[in-house]
Amino acid sequence: MNLLLLVLLLPAAGFLIALALPRSSPASSRYWALAISLVTFLASLALLGWFDRSVAGDQLTVDLLWISSPEIRFHIAADGVSLWLVLLSTFLTPICVLISWNHIQSRVKEFYAFLLLLEVGLVGVFLAQDLFLFYVFWEVSLVPMYFLIGIWGHERRIYAAVKFFLYTMAGSVLMLAAIIYLYNRAGTFGYAAILDQLASGRLAFTAFEQMLLFLAFFVAFAIKVPLFPLHTWLPDAHVEAPTAGSVMLASVMLKMGTFGILHYALPLFPAAARRCAPWIAVLAIIGIIYGALVAMVQPNMKKLVAYSSVSHLGFVVLGIFSFTQIGLDGAVYQMLNHGITTGALFALVGLMYDRRHSLAIEDYGGVATAAPWLSTVFLITTLASIGLPLLNNFVGEFLVLQGAALANFKWAIWAALGVILSACYMLWMYQRVFYGELKDAVRSHMPDLNLREWAVVVPLIAMMVWMGVYSKSFLDPVGKTTARVLEQTQVNVPYRVDLRGPASTEVSRAR
Amino acid sequence: MQLWLIPILPLAGFLINGLFGRRFSKGLVNAFAIGSVVLAFLWVLKTLFGLGGLTAAYTEHYFTWIQSGALSVGCDFSVDRLTAVMLLVVTGIGSLIHIYAIGYMAHEGGYYRFFAYLNLFMFFMLTLVLAANYLVLFVGWEGVGLCSYLLIGFYFDKKIATDAGNKAFIVNRIGDFGFSLAMFLIFRQFGSFDFAHVFAQAPAAPVGLLTLIGILLMFGACGKSAQIPLYVWLPDAMAGPTPVSALIHAATMVTAGVYMTARSWVIYTHAPIAMDVIAYIGIATAFVAATIGLAQNDIKKVFAYSTVSQLGYMFVGVGCGAFSAGIYHLMTHAFFKALLFLGAGAVIHSLSGEQDMRQMGGLRAKIPWTFGVMLCASLAIAGFPFTSGFFSKDAILLAADHRAPWLYWVGVFTAGMTAFYVFRAFFMTFFGKYRGKEHPHESPPVMLIPLVILAGLSLVGGYLFKIPDFLRPVFPAVEAPEAFGPMAVASAAGLLGIALAYLMYVYRPGIPDSIASGAKGLYTLVYNKYFVDEIYDAAVVKPLVGGSRVVLWKGFDAGLIDGTVNGIGARAKGIGGVLRLAQSGNTRSYATWIAFGGVLVIFGMAAMIVLGGLR
Repeated sequence: MNLLLLVLLLPAAGFLIALALPRSSPASSRYWALAISLVTFLASLALLGWFDRSVAGDQLTVDLLWISSPEIRFHIAADGVSLWLVLLSTFLTPICVLISWNHIQSRVKEFYAFLLLLEVGLVGVFLAQDLFLFYVFWEVSLVPMYFLIGIWGHERRIYAAVKFFLYTMAGSVLMLAAIIYLYNRAGTFGYAAILDQLASGRLAFTAFEQMLLFLAFFVAFAIKVPLFPLHTWLPDAHVEAPTAGSVMLASVMLKMGTFGILHYALPLFPAAARRCAPWIAVLAIIGIIYGALVAMVQPNMKKLVAYSSVSHLGFVVLGIFSFTQIGLDGAVYQMLNHGITTGALFALVGLMYDRRHSLAIEDYGGVATAAPWLSTVFLITTLASIGLPLLNNFVGEFLVLQGAALANFKWAIWAALGVILSACYMLWMYQRVFYGELKDAVRSHMPDLNLREWAVVVPLIAMMVWMGVYSKSFLDPVGKTTARVLEQTQVNVPYRVDLRGPASTEVSRAR
Repeated sequence: MQLWLIPILPLAGFLINGLFGRRFSKGLVNAFAIGSVVLAFLWVLKTLFGLGGLTAAYTEHYFTWIQSGALSVGCDFSVDRLTAVMLLVVTGIGSLIHIYAIGYMAHEGGYYRFFAYLNLFMFFMLTLVLAANYLVLFVGWEGVGLCSYLLIGFYFDKKIATDAGNKAFIVNRIGDFGFSLAMFLIFRQFGSFDFAHVFAQAPAAPVGLLTLIGILLMFGACGKSAQIPLYVWLPDAMAGPTPVSALIHAATMVTAGVYMTARSWVIYTHAPIAMDVIAYIGIATAFVAATIGLAQNDIKKVFAYSTVSQLGYMFVGVGCGAFSAGIYHLMTHAFFKALLFLGAGAVIHSLSGEQDMRQMGGLRAKIPWTFGVMLCASLAIAGFPFTSGFFSKDAILLAADHRAPWLYWVGVFTAGMTAFYVFRAFFMTFFGKYRGKEHPHESPPVMLIPLVILAGLSLVGGYLFKIPDFLRPVFPAVEAPEAFGPMAVASAAGLLGIALAYLMYVYRPGIPDSIASGAKGLYTLVYNKYFVDEIYDAAVVKPLVGGSRVVLWKGFDAGLIDGTVNGIGARAKGIGGVLRLAQSGNTRSYATWIAFGGVLVIFGMAAMIVLGGLR
């Protein structure tokens, strides 16, 4: 059996069985979810063994006819980018199961079922090679997240869930229209076939057509990212979501947007993408600075981390629209980094909430005295988040900024301000929560990490260090795929781009 | 030669003590913490003997750290004579301070944590000086900043300490902003971060770009080495334990900026304007910090401003093209300033934590050993003839004289002030009558032995280690000739400062008060450090935080964007359709439909696959 298929089917089967488990025994749901998500993760690890790092194109393909008229194929495959995003999803799902262990006490069975369904949707989005199939998975992932927020969230969960749903739907509808339009022109939903037609010139869009299609796709993705100013659903969704929802939302769901831009919007509509690049880069930079500044003044830890995501994802978008190999690699790496680091931040904030039942920064203080290991782990995650070298985010941010500097040095100047600001808001929060005199209300509620919680944080910390120290393990396949994307964006583009690297043309422009 | 062992040893000490130190006895913590650093020192010695003359750089490549397109950054270490000096200073002084800290920290909580951080610092500092390219240097650069942050905020239940830690980290980040931009430009121009590659090509690069790179690098150095306008974090950093002030905020980390600019000398020699800027910033910082040092009453604050001022001298050296003089002063400063801080620590330790010099006095007889070593250090920093500071400061001032006489004269005047405020502190502490309440006691031998070694180095280190001769193969020749006149004037200024301090604080102790009341405005200005912190706070911090809260968050985010979105939602409600369903709370049923649809789709897919597999 094909391994990709297995990675997709395992959680799907897990979801169906979870639905069948008895409601009266929440423990069985928990253990089932843990077991199946761990098996899925192991299966996805095996992918690494089968994946040929020397090949740039799609691998491990499964291509089956699903619906004959119109022809929609169940066509999945992995490349050097989606491989890591799939692994990110399967890596974080068991972690989410663990952090929800005590946190979720009502409707336990449904909760874990939705979590597994979410995994199916996310993995499917990254693997789909048929536009219609992609759209199906895109929507499939939306639904469980809606319920995770709406049922297990905090006080204003309905408002947040509806807002999340409407924002995303608004974008999805545009994308669906564009996909149908593409089908009408190309006669197929097959992504590779459409790219082939574009490359050979059998399919060509007028500039206006291309711009509209690009924007339809891009807006759908930009909402998901979220790109400034389409981000206001995010803080509400994060604050109201249960911990596992926040983790999956930040770590993986936001990457659906950036992955979509990289995987679909750029290769399909390169001329429009390049034309819009300066504008989008400016929006990304505004997002970097704006997200950081607004994060700085948040009184709520989750909201602070949520706004920091706006800032971090701005780096990803900037890297993509630098249209340089270095920037694209950095963007992809930053997607993974953000998944690990911000996922860890949300998980840790969740652990604090489990103890103190508050997200307000002012309700804490002196936690470092009461729970030194929790504080240490939080500190390492904080440092990763603010881009300290030898931890993961540094590599991504550095590559993005270097890529931006090659494309337009002014971008790098402005975006690098975000690096200063990230230290401001994170360290300030850390100081108010963990340092200072230990308050009585904190002392009585702050036991240190237990075994289950160690099992959550150790893999995350290990990944931060590994990705920060030895990025080569991850960047090699990424580079192959991003190089291919860059090549694809040269199709039907009226101006040539120097592929030899930074030394010649771009430097001369810099002077 | 296994260069990697040098930083890895302290890293191992950090990991062992950090993970398990809580359960260790103090002796075991000491064994790992001090053992790892001393071993690193020995390994440095062995390496340097093994490498012999070191006329060319010796490089080792370990693995590729980051690889993307044309960008490839290796984890590479390299040793040349400049690195050799830094390695010896860092591990040598570092070992002494580690040993001293055994005594100083004996009664403090968080003992293992302190030594773990200190070891982590050694790891990053050694990475910094061993780096063979800018990005690995940057790893060490950021890492030492982290350790500085952790150790300044070591007493983390005190807000003043954690505030100072945050300030240090953030101000350094502002400097790093410049450093990063410089690196981006370096890669743009040279396609590499490797020192060897960059410096080989630099002479052919356009002067304008080199000047920009040079100034941006210097901006980074201004953060780390506490120069105007970014010096404000260093005085606050004294909130950390005193061995930290000695090791990190005097002898090693803060000199990283000087090291980095000296390392980049090829860029600077081809960008004269950038060099001028360094010299001007250095002399301004030396002067301004010295004036603030005149009026401080906290003994550690005096030495903190003194450090800022002395770092300014090193910048003057670099800025005048006398790179080896800058490094020379870096080394001698590491001797005498580490000693001043450790001696101050011994005083504070003996007074159970008192830092205000107005509560001291007359300690000469009570703690004679400390008195003796502090005298050596004070003489050295004052440039008393033939002490270590005399040689290195003269080397810088000679270069300044060669470049521009006014630089020299400001430098000489500052040297006079330096001698004055250091001996003011010395006399206030050790002479006169004892004004405090605690019962002073001499420090234990584990603290005194490092002090005595450093005292010896402060006196004769400048003569023993002729750094300019040693570094001749690294840097371009300095043309400044040995001249007796300027040297004599500089020494005289120092002696004059000492004499004045004696007059004002021993012979006629009433004079300072009458000066303070006579020139009240000026005194208030200097005593309050020119209100620079207050100005930064009012001009940058407050507007940024307030503006973010009121304008960006409440106004723009919650007000404008969300208001618009919710407004559209409300309007759509009147029109009807799916949006109304959603807003009226029926979304759940709608979403349930999608969920069921999704389930059906999955079933369908599964069926297809199974059927497909069968076929």
